[in-house]
Amino acid sequence: MITELGHFALVLGFAIALVQMVVPFWGAEKGWRGWMAVADPAATSQVILVGFSFAALTWAFVTSDFSLRLVFENSHSAKPMLYKITGVWGNHEGSMLLWLLILVLFGAFASWFGGGLRPSFKARVLAVQAAISVAFYAFILFTSNPFLRLAVPPLDGQDLNPLLQDPGLAFHPPFLYLGYVGLSMAFSFAVAALIEGRVDAAWGRWVRPWTLAAWLFLTVGIALGSWWAYYELGWGGFWFWDPVENASFMPWLIAAALLHSAIVVEKREALKSWTILLAILAFGFSLLGTFIVRSGVLTSVHAFANDPERGVFILAILGVFVGGALTLYAARANTMRATGAFSTVSRESALVLNNVLLAVSAFVVFVGTIWPLFAEMVLGRTLSVGAPFFDAAFSPFFVAIALVLPVGAMVAWKRGKLGRAAQPLWPVAVLAVALGALAFALQTGRSALGPVGVALGVWVVGGAFADLWSRTGRGPLGQRFGRLTRLPRGDWGKTVAHAGLGVTIFGIAAMLAWQQEDIRVAQEGETYEVGAYEVTLNDVQEGRGPNYRTTMAEIEMMRDGRQVALLYPEKRVYPVAAMPTTEAAIDNGVLRDLYVVIGDEQDNGGWAVRVYIKPFANWIWGGAILMALGGLISLSDRRLRIGVAAAKTRSVRQVPAE
Amino acid sequence: MKRLLLILCLLAAPLWAVQPDEMLDDPALEARAREISQGLRCPVCQNESIDESNAPVSRDLRLLVRERLVEGDSDAEVVDYIVERYGEFVLLSPPREGANLVLWWSAPVLFILGLGIAWAAIRGRGRAAPPEGLSDEEEARLRELTGD
Repeated sequence: MITELGHFALVLGFAIALVQMVVPFWGAEKGWRGWMAVADPAATSQVILVGFSFAALTWAFVTSDFSLRLVFENSHSAKPMLYKITGVWGNHEGSMLLWLLILVLFGAFASWFGGGLRPSFKARVLAVQAAISVAFYAFILFTSNPFLRLAVPPLDGQDLNPLLQDPGLAFHPPFLYLGYVGLSMAFSFAVAALIEGRVDAAWGRWVRPWTLAAWLFLTVGIALGSWWAYYELGWGGFWFWDPVENASFMPWLIAAALLHSAIVVEKREALKSWTILLAILAFGFSLLGTFIVRSGVLTSVHAFANDPERGVFILAILGVFVGGALTLYAARANTMRATGAFSTVSRESALVLNNVLLAVSAFVVFVGTIWPLFAEMVLGRTLSVGAPFFDAAFSPFFVAIALVLPVGAMVAWKRGKLGRAAQPLWPVAVLAVALGALAFALQTGRSALGPVGVALGVWVVGGAFADLWSRTGRGPLGQRFGRLTRLPRGDWGKTVAHAGLGVTIFGIAAMLAWQQEDIRVAQEGETYEVGAYEVTLNDVQEGRGPNYRTTMAEIEMMRDGRQVALLYPEKRVYPVAAMPTTEAAIDNGVLRDLYVVIGDEQDNGGWAVRVYIKPFANWIWGGAILMALGGLISLSDRRLRIGVAAAKTRSVRQVPAE
Repeated sequence: MKRLLLILCLLAAPLWAVQPDEMLDDPALEARAREISQGLRCPVCQNESIDESNAPVSRDLRLLVRERLVEGDSDAEVVDYIVERYGEFVLLSPPREGANLVLWWSAPVLFILGLGIAWAAIRGRGRAAPPEGLSDEEEARLRELTGD
């Protein structure tokens, strides 16, 4: 019964979305207030209806209602409660319902917090937002209905993929979706602005926090996925340039570009048409990501669910929205007059450079991701584009970003002097080069990757703090520290996020350059050396878990005669799913991770054992956490609080340069 | 569903990738073998190199790579040998020739183009910026208001 109500609520939501798409839009065209005002209750009721629908599906999973086909295929009565709940979005249909729920939630936010917007503009934003949800309601109801019943309910379900029964992966999709869908807000604002032919500082003020929120969710989502791959897949890889990973990385890069260019719109009323284009592209890449993941067109290790018919539907959604928005853009972009002028050396120019670099980085990922498809369809060649290509083609642009970031972040608005901006950075540059050289001297015969990573990391992190320090002005040290605590949160957010990027760059370079690996057959009781550690395979035992059989080893790690860690790597087989998994044992540390994996028993006795020493591994995700934290601090800045912002900007006046 | 399971199996157990018994005794040669394997794609997996994959064919390829290295082939010769038998599909980094040049060079070209356009736009904007002071219309309106 609850299931049917959930299904019905979804259909009702669809109808309301159709109304919200048409009526407020027409009202805005004609200037009819009453028609425009329809959007607000419609947006709110959509949230209630889809929320109820989602709750109904969750209820079916929680109570293990196997008369529902989706529950039967993706759940099991003996599964832990946490994974019964996360199983709701651990499949195609449920994850699309989650997507829709987040979409209508963002629509409602625009309605609830959009009091300061012009009524006609707000009506158009909500109409565009509703149009997107209409497409996804239709997608769910016609191709991926989660509420289908089975005529003969089976006794028990088929269980969720054991790989997905993991906390890291359980919360990876919701964060990614919050990011993907959060970018729909920027898209709706861009399209509404194009229809009205008007972009001003208030527009930038609105778009920036929402893009920032979407970006920070994407950051967390990507980091969770990468962390999961690191500990679960068994050899400590953290990024594979897999199409599905790329699908989330492209919107992340474009969103990063967008939130920087929105600053220019907000503060200087320049770069308007470029920012609009970025907003369209950012959501376009989100839709493209959904297409790649949901259609399985570029089959990848991650493609857990795929179905070509659904792919065509999403492709149509992608075509209509991005194609339509770009057409509108082509027709209207020239109406976006920039009023703020700036010279070639200025913060604005630096942000343009940031945008060019980020956009080109996203383009590298895009080309590499679709090239095999293109080559097969157009050139008739089957070829692969993998990690070596991306490493070679992507890294230079990101190194360039890291190089220009500290200087660009400090150069003055409007018309700056490079010399003045660079002044506080000289000590940082010297320190970076010195530490890089030190790293080079300490290592023996390895690549330049490590030292370059050290130098870049120090440069970016140091630059971020030099920037913050320079904002305290002049005067005695005590006073400057006092001012440091009173700086706007936006400044702190910028510093923390930029420092996070530096930390991640350093972590990736250091781990890749200096990791040590040892693969060998070890006898029980045998001790051998790996790097600075003595490794002993104490013993190996067979065991049983709740729903798997396990082979568990005890491995002792010693350093300088003292025990550092006792690790228990496992090899599991899930008999129901007939699936083996590896459970690496990791001793996490600030300076290094010890990563141990147990393999097969050998014919002539002994076990295959892999030991990895991964220096600074946790810095990769630590940096990502810092980036997200920086975003969060920035969001809490008073200047960004919505409503306050919109009202204030009316009085901002333009001062043309020169 | 079976295919999906197969993919997942391949994904789940990379710990059966490089086996101790496959490894060469000469560390320098083994290092070269690892390097080469990381650039070759497992023919039956998705987006996995033969170094990471546990598929039987990957094991064959790893052994083949080592065999050729022991026979004294250079790195490039080993790669050519494998590509001759398994096609360019196994190269994780597409060769920089023919149509693939588009793949390799489109981003750098786009970057330079983007820089050029941005430069021109910024310079142009700086020049086209309205001069300080009032336009003729504004002057006229001012005179009108002040009653001159």
